[in-house]
Amino acid sequence: MSGHRSIILSLITRHHQRLLTAWLANLRRDARISDPRRAAETDELARRFLEEFRRGEAIAQFEDIHAAEWQPMRELLEDLSRDRAVQGHSAGETAIFVLSLKDPLFALLREDLGADADRLANKTLIADRLIDRLSVFTVECYARAREEVISRQQQELLELSTPVVQLWDGILALPLIGTLDSARTQIVMESLLQRIVASGAEIAIIDITGVPTVDTLVAQHLIKTISAARLMGADCILSGIRPQIAQTIVHLGLELNVVSKATMADALALALRRSGKAITDRKQPAAPEA
Amino acid sequence: MADIPILQIGDCLLVSIQVDMHDRLALALQDDLTERIVADHARGVMIDISALEIVDSFIGRMLNNIAAMSRVLDAVTVVVGMRPAVAITLVELGLGLTGVRTALNVDKGLALIRRIIDSPERDDADRVR
Repeated sequence: MSGHRSIILSLITRHHQRLLTAWLANLRRDARISDPRRAAETDELARRFLEEFRRGEAIAQFEDIHAAEWQPMRELLEDLSRDRAVQGHSAGETAIFVLSLKDPLFALLREDLGADADRLANKTLIADRLIDRLSVFTVECYARAREEVISRQQQELLELSTPVVQLWDGILALPLIGTLDSARTQIVMESLLQRIVASGAEIAIIDITGVPTVDTLVAQHLIKTISAARLMGADCILSGIRPQIAQTIVHLGLELNVVSKATMADALALALRRSGKAITDRKQPAAPEA
Repeated sequence: MADIPILQIGDCLLVSIQVDMHDRLALALQDDLTERIVADHARGVMIDISALEIVDSFIGRMLNNIAAMSRVLDAVTVVVGMRPAVAITLVELGLGLTGVRTALNVDKGLALIRRIIDSPERDDADRVR
């Protein structure tokens, strides 16, 4: 069975330039590349792809592309799909890159073996399978790269969105933005408790203006945070409860067991009152009486 | 095995738990503490757990018990010095220590006890209870 690979490989090697031109034309048409910079990138990748085939004297079989001889090709495709994932191309575009090699390659085969229908069908099937495998591999790499991007963004979001702010001597504010899941609650709790220890604060205002919805799970996470702060000797005030959320809390029958205020300003006023401080208007000095 | 020392500060008692607790020690502490509250006419009890790295349900229950006993004897109990990791563990275990008052450190605990004892509503609150 050494005939098939030599024919496909030698066809690619012999008609390299023609194949490349036809493939690129296909790519332009299918992927609708308009940006010249991206078009140049694609050209370069296609050239390197065919180059791998030309150099592929070591390639002994087309069945298993995870074998060692396919290593350089796999690396090339991994690079390609990672770049595309980061640049925000769609999965379809990435697959089309490999798939659009089919047409020109089949045309070459037909030209070469046109008289021999049986062999032509055989070779076409082999080439077809190979290209399918390569494109599946590419899409798998693409999906993996996308997942990496997503998990990195999640991590960054997590670190960005849990600040603990000192509002006054002994008063901390914890403005929560985004949904509270278990992992975030853990981080929020840890940073709040550490700040309580560091600043000796006795009051913490938890502001949930930026929390889109409060369901039973989010409420449970809030309660945990509040109890942990209480165990550290800090009282919590919940603020920023939107009317819609107030209704949800009542409809769900949630018992938060905490002082709550509509706005952060109200919460701060209460916190100041509790710690025995007051904010007053600065009086204009009274005009001397005539 | 040494008992846990109970120190007197004004009309408050300070208990600093520095060793691993077990049943006998906990019972001995409850005995000693109730005796001392009565003998010294203490109005407040502070339990310092800043040395504890692990607080399990057993210690949680002991703290709740001590608080309840002191309340019967008209003394306020404040647990002070809990570490952040301990607080998170207790909350995850579902032990909120709801019957116990807490403060960040001994200083703030003392101030809290003073505030509770001096508050004018205290008599009313006692009557309701």
